[in-house]
Amino acid sequence: MTLRGRDLISVRDLSREEIEEVLASARKMIPYAEGTKVMHPLANKIVAMAFFEPSTRTRLSFESAVQRLGGTCVTIADASVTSMRKGESLHDTIRMLSSYADAIVIRHPSEGSARLAARASDRPVVNAGDGAGQHPTQTLLDLATMQEAFGTLSGLKVVLLGDLKFGRTVHSLAQALALFGCEVVLSSPPSLALPDQARRRLRQSGARVTDEEDVRRAMKDADVLYVTRIQKERFGDLAEYEKVAGSYRIDAALLQDAKPRLIVMHPLPRAGEIAPDVDGTTHAAYFRQSFLAVPVRMALLDAILGGPRRGAG
Amino acid sequence: MRELKITPIKNGTVIDHISNGLALEVLRILGVQTIDKDSTVSVALHVRSGKLGWKDIVKVENMELSPRKSNAIALIAPTATISIIRDFKVREKRPVDLPERIVGVLRCPNPNCITNQPEPVESEFEVTQRRPTVLTCAYCDREVEDFLHHLA
Repeated sequence: MTLRGRDLISVRDLSREEIEEVLASARKMIPYAEGTKVMHPLANKIVAMAFFEPSTRTRLSFESAVQRLGGTCVTIADASVTSMRKGESLHDTIRMLSSYADAIVIRHPSEGSARLAARASDRPVVNAGDGAGQHPTQTLLDLATMQEAFGTLSGLKVVLLGDLKFGRTVHSLAQALALFGCEVVLSSPPSLALPDQARRRLRQSGARVTDEEDVRRAMKDADVLYVTRIQKERFGDLAEYEKVAGSYRIDAALLQDAKPRLIVMHPLPRAGEIAPDVDGTTHAAYFRQSFLAVPVRMALLDAILGGPRRGAG
Repeated sequence: MRELKITPIKNGTVIDHISNGLALEVLRILGVQTIDKDSTVSVALHVRSGKLGWKDIVKVENMELSPRKSNAIALIAPTATISIIRDFKVREKRPVDLPERIVGVLRCPNPNCITNQPEPVESEFEVTQRRPTVLTCAYCDREVEDFLHHLA
Protein backbone atom coordinates (compact mmCIF):
# COMPACT_ATOMS: atom_id res chain seq x y z
CA MET A 1 0.00 0.00 0.00
CA THR A 2 1.29 3.41 -0.94
CA LEU A 3 -0.23 5.24 2.02
CA ARG A 4 2.42 4.23 4.53
CA GLY A 5 3.66 7.26 6.47
CA ARG A 6 1.44 9.67 4.55
CA ASP A 7 -0.98 12.33 5.77
CA LEU A 8 -4.63 12.26 4.80
CA ILE A 9 -5.97 15.81 4.81
CA SER A 10 -8.32 15.94 1.83
CA VAL A 11 -9.94 13.25 -0.27
CA ARG A 12 -8.06 14.85 -3.16
CA ASP A 13 -4.86 13.49 -1.58
CA LEU A 14 -6.01 10.04 -2.73
CA SER A 15 -6.11 8.58 -6.21
CA ARG A 16 -9.01 6.39 -7.29
CA GLU A 17 -6.74 3.34 -6.98
CA GLU A 18 -5.75 4.28 -3.43
CA ILE A 19 -9.40 4.72 -2.46
CA GLU A 20 -10.18 1.31 -3.94
CA GLU A 21 -7.31 -0.23 -1.96
CA VAL A 22 -8.61 1.23 1.31
CA LEU A 23 -12.15 0.02 0.54
CA ALA A 24 -10.93 -3.49 -0.31
CA SER A 25 -8.90 -3.61 2.90
CA ALA A 26 -11.91 -2.29 4.87
CA ARG A 27 -14.06 -5.18 3.63
CA LYS A 28 -11.47 -7.62 4.99
CA MET A 29 -11.37 -5.70 8.28
CA ILE A 30 -15.08 -6.24 9.05
CA PRO A 31 -14.67 -9.43 11.17
CA TYR A 32 -11.76 -7.78 13.02
CA ALA A 33 -13.91 -4.69 13.63
CA GLU A 34 -16.65 -6.94 14.98
CA GLY A 35 -14.16 -8.71 17.24
CA THR A 36 -14.72 -12.17 15.75
CA LYS A 37 -11.12 -12.23 14.46
CA VAL A 38 -8.07 -10.66 16.05
CA MET A 39 -4.91 -9.05 14.68
CA HIS A 40 -2.56 -6.45 16.07
CA PRO A 41 -0.63 -4.65 13.32
CA LEU A 42 -0.61 -1.50 15.48
CA ALA A 43 0.90 -3.24 18.54
CA ASN A 44 3.20 -0.76 20.35
CA LYS A 45 1.80 2.12 18.31
CA ILE A 46 0.24 5.16 19.93
CA VAL A 47 -2.25 7.30 18.04
CA ALA A 48 -3.06 10.76 19.39
CA MET A 49 -6.68 11.87 19.12
CA ALA A 50 -6.55 15.67 19.00
CA PHE A 51 -10.20 16.71 19.12
CA PHE A 52 -10.61 20.45 19.53
CA GLU A 53 -14.32 20.34 18.73
CA PRO A 54 -17.04 18.09 20.15
CA SER A 55 -17.42 14.73 18.42
CA THR A 56 -18.85 11.44 19.51
CA ARG A 57 -18.91 8.96 16.68
CA THR A 58 -15.82 10.13 14.83
CA ARG A 59 -13.61 10.06 17.91
CA LEU A 60 -15.02 6.84 19.34
CA SER A 61 -14.82 5.01 16.02
CA PHE A 62 -11.19 6.09 15.58
CA GLU A 63 -10.37 5.00 19.13
CA SER A 64 -12.16 1.72 18.57
CA ALA A 65 -10.26 1.23 15.27
CA VAL A 66 -6.89 1.82 16.96
CA GLN A 67 -7.68 -0.58 19.80
CA ARG A 68 -9.04 -3.31 17.51
CA LEU A 69 -5.67 -3.14 15.71
CA GLY A 70 -3.80 -3.54 19.00
CA GLY A 71 -2.67 0.08 19.33
CA THR A 72 -3.33 2.57 22.11
CA CYS A 73 -4.63 6.14 22.11
CA VAL A 74 -3.79 9.35 23.90
CA THR A 75 -6.74 11.69 23.64
CA ILE A 76 -7.58 15.37 23.81
CA ALA A 77 -11.37 15.33 23.87
CA ASP A 78 -11.91 18.85 25.10
CA ALA A 79 -9.71 21.73 23.98
CA SER A 80 -10.58 23.72 27.10
CA VAL A 81 -8.41 21.42 29.22
CA THR A 82 -5.28 21.88 27.08
CA SER A 83 -2.62 24.57 27.13
CA MET A 84 -4.37 26.17 24.15
CA ARG A 85 -6.53 27.78 26.78
CA LYS A 86 -3.34 29.42 28.03
CA GLY A 87 -2.73 30.72 24.52
CA GLU A 88 -0.61 27.91 23.07
CA SER A 89 -0.94 27.77 19.29
CA LEU A 90 -2.31 24.76 17.47
CA HIS A 91 1.06 24.53 15.74
CA ASP A 92 2.91 24.09 19.04
CA THR A 93 0.30 21.74 20.50
CA ILE A 94 0.62 19.44 17.49
CA ARG A 95 4.40 19.64 17.50
CA MET A 96 4.35 18.48 21.11
CA LEU A 97 1.84 15.71 20.38
CA SER A 98 3.88 14.43 17.46
CA SER A 99 6.67 13.61 19.88
CA TYR A 100 4.29 11.53 22.01
CA ALA A 101 2.54 9.52 19.31
CA ASP A 102 3.09 7.64 16.04
CA ALA A 103 0.23 9.38 14.27
CA ILE A 104 -2.26 12.15 14.98
CA VAL A 105 -5.97 12.27 14.21
CA ILE A 106 -7.22 15.84 14.36
CA ARG A 107 -10.60 17.56 14.45
CA HIS A 108 -10.59 21.33 14.74
CA PRO A 109 -13.16 24.09 14.09
CA SER A 110 -10.93 26.10 11.69
CA GLU A 111 -10.58 25.27 8.01
CA GLY A 112 -7.00 24.46 7.08
CA SER A 113 -6.13 23.37 10.63
CA ALA A 114 -5.38 19.80 9.53
CA ARG A 115 -2.98 21.02 6.83
CA LEU A 116 -1.25 23.19 9.41
CA ALA A 117 -1.05 20.21 11.76
CA ALA A 118 0.47 18.06 9.02
CA ARG A 119 3.18 20.66 8.52
CA ALA A 120 3.83 21.00 12.25
CA SER A 121 4.03 17.25 12.81
CA ASP A 122 6.73 14.87 11.67
CA ARG A 123 4.26 12.01 12.13
CA PRO A 124 1.35 11.24 9.79
CA VAL A 125 -1.77 13.35 10.37
CA VAL A 126 -5.30 12.27 9.54
CA ASN A 127 -7.97 14.95 9.18
CA ALA A 128 -11.14 14.06 11.09
CA GLY A 129 -12.89 17.29 10.08
CA ASP A 130 -11.57 20.86 9.82
CA GLY A 131 -14.43 23.34 10.25
CA ALA A 132 -16.56 23.46 7.12
CA GLY A 133 -13.62 22.03 5.17
CA GLN A 134 -12.71 18.41 4.54
CA HIS A 135 -13.60 15.16 6.27
CA PRO A 136 -11.93 12.50 4.13
CA THR A 137 -12.44 9.46 6.37
CA GLN A 138 -16.18 10.15 6.42
CA THR A 139 -16.04 10.08 2.62
CA LEU A 140 -14.25 6.75 2.66
CA LEU A 141 -16.85 5.18 4.91
CA ASP A 142 -19.66 6.67 2.81
CA LEU A 143 -18.13 5.08 -0.27
CA ALA A 144 -17.70 1.79 1.60
CA THR A 145 -21.41 1.82 2.48
CA MET A 146 -22.45 2.39 -1.14
CA GLN A 147 -20.04 -0.21 -2.43
CA GLU A 148 -21.26 -2.79 0.07
CA ALA A 149 -24.88 -2.15 -0.92
CA PHE A 150 -24.38 -2.19 -4.71
CA GLY A 151 -21.13 -4.10 -5.23
CA THR A 152 -19.75 -1.16 -7.20
CA LEU A 153 -19.53 2.61 -7.19
CA SER A 154 -19.38 3.32 -10.90
CA GLY A 155 -22.51 4.67 -12.46
CA LEU A 156 -24.51 5.13 -9.26
CA LYS A 157 -27.01 7.97 -9.13
CA VAL A 158 -26.52 9.75 -5.82
CA VAL A 159 -28.77 12.50 -4.45
CA LEU A 160 -27.06 14.84 -1.98
CA LEU A 161 -29.87 16.35 0.07
CA GLY A 162 -29.96 19.15 2.60
CA ASP A 163 -27.20 21.42 3.77
CA LEU A 164 -24.79 21.43 0.88
CA LYS A 165 -23.28 24.76 1.88
CA PHE A 166 -21.86 24.07 5.33
CA GLY A 167 -21.99 20.26 5.32
CA ARG A 168 -18.35 19.31 5.05
CA THR A 169 -19.18 15.68 4.38
CA VAL A 170 -20.86 16.48 1.08
CA HIS A 171 -17.98 18.51 -0.35
CA SER A 172 -15.55 15.64 0.14
CA LEU A 173 -18.09 13.05 -0.96
CA ALA A 174 -19.07 14.89 -4.13
CA GLN A 175 -15.40 15.04 -5.18
CA ALA A 176 -14.96 11.32 -4.65
CA LEU A 177 -18.19 10.43 -6.45
CA ALA A 178 -16.93 12.38 -9.44
CA LEU A 179 -13.81 10.20 -9.42
CA PHE A 180 -15.98 7.10 -9.77
CA GLY A 181 -18.20 8.45 -12.55
CA CYS A 182 -21.32 8.74 -10.43
CA GLU A 183 -24.25 10.95 -11.35
CA VAL A 184 -24.73 13.56 -8.64
CA VAL A 185 -28.06 15.30 -7.99
CA LEU A 186 -27.90 18.33 -5.70
CA SER A 187 -31.07 18.99 -3.71
CA SER A 188 -31.11 21.78 -1.15
CA PRO A 189 -32.96 24.91 -0.09
CA PRO A 190 -31.50 27.75 -2.23
CA SER A 191 -29.81 29.36 0.79
CA LEU A 192 -27.90 26.12 1.46
CA ALA A 193 -26.82 25.36 -2.11
CA LEU A 194 -23.39 23.95 -2.88
CA PRO A 195 -20.87 26.84 -2.99
CA ASP A 196 -19.79 27.93 -6.48
CA GLN A 197 -16.21 26.83 -5.97
CA ALA A 198 -17.23 23.27 -5.06
CA ARG A 199 -19.66 23.17 -7.97
CA ARG A 200 -17.05 24.39 -10.45
CA ARG A 201 -14.54 21.82 -9.25
CA LEU A 202 -17.08 19.05 -9.62
CA ARG A 203 -17.77 20.06 -13.20
CA GLN A 204 -14.03 20.33 -13.90
CA SER A 205 -13.53 16.78 -12.66
CA GLY A 206 -16.04 15.60 -15.22
CA ALA A 207 -18.91 14.81 -12.86
CA ARG A 208 -22.45 14.71 -14.16
CA VAL A 209 -24.16 17.19 -11.84
CA THR A 210 -27.78 18.34 -11.86
CA ASP A 211 -29.89 20.41 -9.46
CA GLU A 212 -33.34 19.47 -8.27
CA GLU A 213 -34.75 21.23 -5.24
CA ASP A 214 -37.83 18.98 -5.06
CA VAL A 215 -36.87 15.82 -3.14
CA ARG A 216 -39.47 13.61 -4.81
CA ARG A 217 -38.24 14.49 -8.29
CA ALA A 218 -34.57 14.31 -7.21
CA MET A 219 -35.13 10.78 -5.89
CA LYS A 220 -36.48 9.44 -9.18
CA ASP A 221 -34.28 6.51 -10.31
CA ALA A 222 -31.73 7.31 -7.60
CA ASP A 223 -29.64 4.58 -5.97
CA VAL A 224 -28.54 6.60 -2.96
CA LEU A 225 -30.28 9.36 -1.01
CA TYR A 226 -27.59 11.02 1.09
CA VAL A 227 -29.25 13.23 3.72
CA THR A 228 -27.35 15.77 5.80
CA ARG A 229 -28.16 17.68 8.94
CA ILE A 230 -28.55 21.44 8.77
CA GLN A 231 -25.49 22.64 10.63
CA LYS A 232 -27.00 25.02 13.16
CA GLU A 233 -23.58 25.76 14.68
CA ARG A 234 -22.29 27.17 11.38
CA PHE A 235 -25.03 29.80 11.00
CA GLY A 236 -23.99 33.33 11.94
CA ASP A 237 -27.63 34.36 12.09
CA LEU A 238 -30.04 32.09 13.96
CA ALA A 239 -33.06 33.61 12.18
CA GLU A 240 -31.59 32.27 8.93
CA TYR A 241 -31.29 28.84 10.53
CA GLU A 242 -34.91 28.86 11.66
CA LYS A 243 -36.01 29.66 8.08
CA VAL A 244 -34.48 26.55 6.58
CA ALA A 245 -34.67 24.12 9.51
CA GLY A 246 -37.31 21.54 8.91
CA SER A 247 -37.62 22.44 5.23
CA TYR A 248 -37.07 18.79 4.29
CA ARG A 249 -37.89 15.53 5.99
CA ILE A 250 -37.64 11.97 4.70
CA ASP A 251 -40.23 9.47 5.93
CA ALA A 252 -41.42 6.01 4.96
CA ALA A 253 -44.37 7.38 2.96
CA LEU A 254 -42.08 9.50 0.78
CA LEU A 255 -39.86 6.50 0.11
CA GLN A 256 -42.74 4.47 -1.36
CA ASP A 257 -42.03 6.15 -4.70
CA ALA A 258 -38.33 5.29 -4.56
CA LYS A 259 -36.50 2.45 -6.28
CA PRO A 260 -36.80 -0.68 -4.08
CA ARG A 261 -33.00 -0.85 -3.73
CA LEU A 262 -32.52 2.83 -2.90
CA ILE A 263 -30.46 3.30 0.26
CA VAL A 264 -30.84 6.26 2.60
CA MET A 265 -27.59 7.44 4.17
CA HIS A 266 -26.85 10.10 6.78
CA PRO A 267 -23.55 10.98 8.48
CA LEU A 268 -25.49 11.26 11.79
CA PRO A 269 -26.42 12.68 14.21
CA ARG A 270 -29.79 13.35 12.60
CA ALA A 271 -31.98 16.18 13.80
CA GLY A 272 -35.38 15.32 12.36
CA GLU A 273 -34.34 15.03 8.70
CA ILE A 274 -35.13 11.30 8.68
CA ALA A 275 -38.26 10.11 10.48
CA PRO A 276 -37.83 7.12 12.80
CA ASP A 277 -40.31 5.14 10.64
CA VAL A 278 -37.55 4.85 7.98
CA ASP A 279 -35.36 2.88 10.42
CA GLY A 280 -37.35 -0.33 9.92
CA THR A 281 -37.37 -0.17 6.10
CA THR A 282 -34.85 -1.87 3.79
CA HIS A 283 -33.82 1.62 2.66
CA ALA A 284 -32.20 2.57 5.97
CA ALA A 285 -28.41 2.31 5.61
CA TYR A 286 -27.29 4.95 8.12
CA PHE A 287 -26.65 2.60 11.03
CA ARG A 288 -24.65 0.26 8.80
CA GLN A 289 -22.83 3.37 7.59
CA SER A 290 -21.85 4.32 11.14
CA PHE A 291 -20.65 0.76 11.86
CA LEU A 292 -18.49 0.78 8.74
CA ALA A 293 -16.63 3.77 10.21
CA VAL A 294 -14.62 1.30 12.29
CA PRO A 295 -13.35 -1.11 9.59
CA VAL A 296 -12.71 1.79 7.20
CA ARG A 297 -10.67 3.69 9.78
CA MET A 298 -8.90 0.45 10.69
CA ALA A 299 -7.99 -0.07 7.03
CA LEU A 300 -6.71 3.47 6.77
CA LEU A 301 -4.65 3.43 9.99
CA ASP A 302 -3.26 0.02 9.07
CA ALA A 303 -2.24 1.38 5.65
CA ILE A 304 -0.58 4.44 7.17
CA LEU A 305 0.97 2.90 10.27
CA GLY A 306 0.71 -0.87 10.18
CA GLY A 307 3.67 -3.19 10.51
CA PRO A 308 4.42 -6.12 8.17
CA ARG A 309 1.27 -7.80 6.81
CA ARG A 310 -0.02 -10.64 8.85
CA GLY A 311 -2.68 -11.85 6.46
CA ALA A 312 -5.75 -9.77 7.15
CA GLY A 313 -8.67 -11.85 5.88
CA MET B 1 11.06 56.15 -27.55
CA ARG B 2 8.55 58.79 -26.52
CA GLU B 3 9.60 61.33 -23.97
CA LEU B 4 7.81 60.89 -20.67
CA LYS B 5 6.79 63.73 -18.45
CA ILE B 6 8.69 62.41 -15.48
CA THR B 7 12.40 62.69 -14.95
CA PRO B 8 14.82 59.86 -15.64
CA ILE B 9 16.46 58.19 -12.63
CA LYS B 10 20.10 57.31 -12.20
CA ASN B 11 19.65 54.11 -10.22
CA GLY B 12 16.48 52.30 -9.24
CA THR B 13 13.43 50.51 -10.59
CA VAL B 14 10.84 51.43 -13.18
CA ILE B 15 7.57 49.58 -13.11
CA ASP B 16 5.93 50.20 -16.45
CA HIS B 17 2.79 48.94 -18.21
CA ILE B 18 0.75 48.97 -15.01
CA SER B 19 -2.93 48.75 -15.90
CA ASN B 20 -4.49 52.19 -15.85
CA GLY B 21 -5.50 53.24 -12.32
CA LEU B 22 -3.44 50.72 -10.36
CA ALA B 23 -0.28 52.78 -9.71
CA LEU B 24 -1.41 53.74 -6.22
CA GLU B 25 -1.90 50.08 -5.36
CA VAL B 26 1.60 49.36 -6.63
CA LEU B 27 2.89 52.14 -4.37
CA ARG B 28 1.05 50.54 -1.48
CA ILE B 29 2.81 47.25 -2.17
CA LEU B 30 6.18 48.98 -2.45
CA GLY B 31 5.55 50.59 0.91
CA VAL B 32 6.53 54.17 -0.02
CA GLN B 33 7.03 55.05 3.63
CA THR B 34 9.92 52.58 3.78
CA ILE B 35 11.75 54.08 0.81
CA ASP B 36 15.02 55.96 1.47
CA LYS B 37 14.07 59.58 2.31
CA ASP B 38 16.55 61.03 -0.20
CA SER B 39 15.10 59.04 -3.10
CA THR B 40 12.56 60.31 -5.56
CA VAL B 41 9.37 58.41 -6.27
CA SER B 42 7.66 59.40 -9.53
CA VAL B 43 4.22 58.30 -10.51
CA ALA B 44 2.64 58.80 -13.91
CA LEU B 45 -1.07 58.17 -14.13
CA HIS B 46 -3.03 57.77 -17.32
CA VAL B 47 -0.17 57.71 -19.81
CA ARG B 48 -0.79 56.76 -23.45
CA SER B 49 0.37 53.26 -24.25
CA GLY B 50 0.58 51.42 -27.56
CA LYS B 51 -0.14 48.06 -25.92
CA LEU B 52 -2.66 48.95 -23.23
CA GLY B 53 -4.31 52.13 -24.50
CA TRP B 54 -3.65 53.81 -21.17
CA LYS B 55 -1.23 52.83 -18.46
CA ASP B 56 0.42 53.93 -15.23
CA ILE B 57 4.14 54.06 -14.47
CA VAL B 58 6.00 54.09 -11.15
CA LYS B 59 9.68 54.96 -10.81
CA VAL B 60 11.55 54.59 -7.54
CA GLU B 61 15.10 55.76 -7.10
CA ASN B 62 17.68 53.63 -5.31
CA MET B 63 15.45 50.61 -4.80
CA GLU B 64 15.41 47.11 -6.27
CA LEU B 65 12.34 44.98 -5.77
CA SER B 66 12.28 42.04 -3.36
CA PRO B 67 10.82 38.82 -4.81
CA ARG B 68 7.84 39.14 -2.44
CA LYS B 69 6.98 42.62 -3.69
CA SER B 70 7.52 41.54 -7.27
CA ASN B 71 5.05 38.66 -6.72
CA ALA B 72 2.48 41.00 -5.24
CA ILE B 73 2.77 43.34 -8.23
CA ALA B 74 2.42 40.38 -10.58
CA LEU B 75 -0.88 39.57 -8.90
CA ILE B 76 -2.53 42.96 -9.21
CA ALA B 77 -0.80 44.19 -12.37
CA PRO B 78 0.02 41.13 -14.48
CA THR B 79 0.89 43.25 -17.55
CA ALA B 80 3.59 45.22 -15.72
CA THR B 81 7.24 45.16 -16.70
CA ILE B 82 10.10 45.80 -14.32
CA SER B 83 13.26 47.59 -15.46
CA ILE B 84 16.33 47.86 -13.31
CA ILE B 85 18.17 51.13 -13.99
CA ARG B 86 21.84 51.57 -13.23
CA ASP B 87 23.64 54.76 -14.19
CA PHE B 88 20.67 55.95 -16.30
CA LYS B 89 20.74 52.77 -18.41
CA VAL B 90 18.23 49.91 -18.43
CA ARG B 91 20.34 46.98 -17.24
CA GLU B 92 17.54 44.46 -17.00
CA LYS B 93 13.96 44.47 -18.24
CA ARG B 94 11.49 41.68 -17.56
CA PRO B 95 7.77 41.14 -17.31
CA VAL B 96 6.52 40.44 -13.79
CA ASP B 97 6.41 36.73 -13.21
CA LEU B 98 3.90 34.84 -11.11
CA PRO B 99 5.52 31.93 -9.27
CA GLU B 100 3.65 28.70 -8.51
CA ARG B 101 3.29 29.62 -4.83
CA ILE B 102 2.61 32.99 -3.25
CA VAL B 103 3.71 33.18 0.38
CA GLY B 104 2.84 35.96 2.81
CA VAL B 105 1.49 38.41 0.23
CA LEU B 106 -2.27 37.96 0.68
CA ARG B 107 -4.67 37.26 3.51
CA CYS B 108 -6.95 34.27 3.02
CA PRO B 109 -10.49 35.54 2.30
CA ASN B 110 -11.93 32.81 4.53
CA PRO B 111 -12.21 34.38 8.01
CA ASN B 112 -12.30 30.89 9.54
CA CYS B 113 -9.05 29.80 7.84
CA ILE B 114 -6.37 28.75 10.31
CA THR B 115 -3.97 31.28 8.72
CA ASN B 116 -6.27 34.06 10.01
CA GLN B 117 -5.91 32.78 13.59
CA PRO B 118 -2.96 33.64 15.84
CA GLU B 119 -0.74 30.84 14.52
CA PRO B 120 2.96 31.09 13.62
CA VAL B 121 2.34 30.55 9.90
CA GLU B 122 2.29 32.75 6.81
CA SER B 123 -0.52 32.64 4.32
CA GLU B 124 0.26 30.49 1.31
CA PHE B 125 -1.54 30.20 -2.02
CA GLU B 126 -1.05 27.97 -5.01
CA VAL B 127 -1.60 29.43 -8.46
CA THR B 128 -4.31 27.07 -9.70
CA GLN B 129 -5.21 29.00 -12.84
CA ARG B 130 -3.47 31.58 -15.01
CA ARG B 131 -5.19 34.21 -17.20
CA PRO B 132 -7.24 35.07 -15.29
CA THR B 133 -5.23 34.23 -12.20
CA VAL B 134 -6.94 32.12 -9.54
CA LEU B 135 -5.14 31.33 -6.30
CA THR B 136 -6.13 28.58 -3.86
CA CYS B 137 -5.26 28.70 -0.17
CA ALA B 138 -2.78 25.92 0.58
CA TYR B 139 -4.41 25.46 3.99
CA CYS B 140 -8.19 25.78 3.65
CA ASP B 141 -8.56 25.36 -0.12
CA ARG B 142 -10.51 28.62 -0.55
CA GLU B 143 -10.04 30.33 -3.91
CA VAL B 144 -9.26 34.02 -4.20
CA GLU B 145 -9.58 36.17 -7.30
CA ASP B 146 -10.02 39.63 -5.80
CA PHE B 147 -6.38 40.20 -4.84
CA LEU B 148 -6.58 43.94 -4.27
CA HIS B 149 -8.84 43.51 -1.27
CA HIS B 150 -6.77 40.76 0.28
CA LEU B 151 -3.25 42.18 0.24
CA ALA B 152 -1.66 41.40 3.62
